[in-house]
Amino acid sequence: MTILILAEHDGQQLSAAVQQAVTAALFWNAPIHVLVAGNGVEHIAKQAALLAGVEKVIHANAAHLAHPLAEDLAKLILTISAEYQAILAAHSSFSRNVLPRVAALLDVAMISDVLEITAENTYVRSIYAGNILTTVQSTDTIQVLTIHSSNFVAAGFGDSAEIVHIETPAAFGKSRWLSEVLSQSDRPALSSAKVVISGGRSLGSAEKFEQVLSPLATKLGAALGATRAAVDAGFAPNDIQVGQTGIVVAPELYIAVGVSGAVQHTYGMKDSRIVVAINQDPDAPIFQVADYGLVADLFIAIPALTAAIQ
Amino acid sequence: MKILVAVKRVVDYNIKVRIKADGSDVDIAGVKMGINPFDENAIEEALRLKEKGNASEVVVVSIGSAANQDVLRHTLAMGADRAILLETDVNVQPLGVAKLLKAMIEREQTKLIMLGKQAIDDDAGQAGQMLAALLDYPQGTFASTVQIEGDEIVVTREVDGGTETLALTLPAIITADLRLNEPRFVKLPNLMMARKKPIETINASEFGIDLKPRLNLLKVSEPPARKAGIKVGSVEELINKLRAHEGIQL
Ligand SMILES: Cc1cc2nc3c(=O)[nH]c(=O)nc-3n(C[C@H](O)[C@H](O)[C@H](O)COP(=O)(O)OP(=O)(O)OC[C@H]3O[C@@H](n4cnc5c(N)ncnc54)[C@H](O)[C@@H]3O)c2cc1C
Ligand SMILES: Nc1ncnc2c1ncn2[C@@H]1O[C@H](COP(=O)(O)O)[C@@H](O)[C@H]1O
Repeated sequence: MTILILAEHDGQQLSAAVQQAVTAALFWNAPIHVLVAGNGVEHIAKQAALLAGVEKVIHANAAHLAHPLAEDLAKLILTISAEYQAILAAHSSFSRNVLPRVAALLDVAMISDVLEITAENTYVRSIYAGNILTTVQSTDTIQVLTIHSSNFVAAGFGDSAEIVHIETPAAFGKSRWLSEVLSQSDRPALSSAKVVISGGRSLGSAEKFEQVLSPLATKLGAALGATRAAVDAGFAPNDIQVGQTGIVVAPELYIAVGVSGAVQHTYGMKDSRIVVAINQDPDAPIFQVADYGLVADLFIAIPALTAAIQ
Repeated sequence: MKILVAVKRVVDYNIKVRIKADGSDVDIAGVKMGINPFDENAIEEALRLKEKGNASEVVVVSIGSAANQDVLRHTLAMGADRAILLETDVNVQPLGVAKLLKAMIEREQTKLIMLGKQAIDDDAGQAGQMLAALLDYPQGTFASTVQIEGDEIVVTREVDGGTETLALTLPAIITADLRLNEPRFVKLPNLMMARKKPIETINASEFGIDLKPRLNLLKVSEPPARKAGIKVGSVEELINKLRAHEGIQL
């Protein structure tokens, strides 16, 4: 049997998380195929073909895949699924949308956000916002799963694999893509940044969020993150929310600024190598997961920190 | 137009869940329970659509034991018209939930179905998409705004990197993100009134759907905790520690 990876891309580039998915797929010791679906994405299929460990890239090209909808991708995957023992992707908003639909069409369970694969059908994943780990064994013949990217090393690139083209079924037709608003930022991507600085509700306004945290982020080449409270208050855009319902990050250095440290937040950052917390409340729970804690008013400490580094 | 909302009863999000001594499962005996937060957003949005004149009736369904009556009462107190309990002692997994909800939708003939984007106990985030697949309906997951426009629902979704807007032909499935709305507070008199409203109870086995878990739970454990580190006294000390002990270039 063979393993299928659903590749995510933005029309320009293959998502870096596909590299981690390849490493996860190696577990089965079976040939690995990567599905690249889109409109005019031949160059992305070629990128995927260079991934070390990939035997074949399956390329589906159709006008209606320009902004791929879950409904259309699920239909497409179903046309080739019979060949596969496992279908997987990184646990991103893209695959969380598509793969449960695929699993239901195949009448199999799905295993979300897998931390570790321990046997061909056995997985460790977390529940209760990362508070508990469970080991589950699937009884289905096809395994459909998403993986927790930061737990898998990225596969490298090597010789080019074969690229095959497949027919795309007719469009689903009952959903239409209208528009998207993607955040523009000169900063590194949050999910892969080496340094992340996250701000909480205590920043007080969108202006102060920017004024206080931006100069430090620029100096450290850091990405900005935020708590849900900061996002809900309109201080930061939704796509930089770190946590159970946002993005999971695992940078070298995570600096939590005026963040209380609710479990829903720490779920998204507890795998960081070094955690620094700056909070004026000495009993804030964030200090329990921080390597270095500074009890201070952030409006004094952050400018001081910014000034003190090169 | 009728709206059906699926709500799950889960451990309150403020509670730190423990595991049983033998590591066989989580120990939630006697723990505070409540409505899954995302499901509260789903019901709130359904009520707002009704208040705007987009819907005629809001029907709430929950799958689980008789104890689920408390979350159903909560939704009735919020303003839902009817509540249905699909009673079972099985811990129904997302695929089974989707199959039961499909049966309910066929019975109730609803055009819009709203779920939460994920249950905060299993953190699966699957039931809505699975239900859409089984019904061959369009899906609008992780919704942060919805609007009915003729025979379509226009939904803005929270995705990695920003937002995306889709138009779905009804009937459709929506899963709610937290930013869809701010759920209303339930006033005490409404809660008292909701006590008198009937809850229809159906034995889930009546549908003849196989609810057996597809994923067997082998064990649960606590993740390795991050150790609390040290407190530093000043910005200078922080920088020195990071440079000297962690090899971080600042
Ligand atoms: C279902 C669900 C999902 C959730 N998902 C997420 C998620 O993905 N991500 C997430 O972040 N949250 C999430 N939350 C919310 C989470 O529970 C917390 O409410 C949130 O993380 C708190 O944000 P905060 O730390 O900014 O705010 P608060 O909890 O209000 O904390 C503010 C902190 O700032 C400190 N402070 C105030 N002023 C200063 C100052 N001048 N200098 C220094 N420190 C100061 C205070 O001491 C306090 O510790 C979720 C909640 C639910 C119910
Ligand atoms: N037992 C249940 N009863 C009713 N609705 C449920 C149940 N389990 C899940 N759901 C719905 O499906 C959504 C997603 O759940 P999950 O796929 O388990 O994360 C929840 O937010 C609920 O709206």
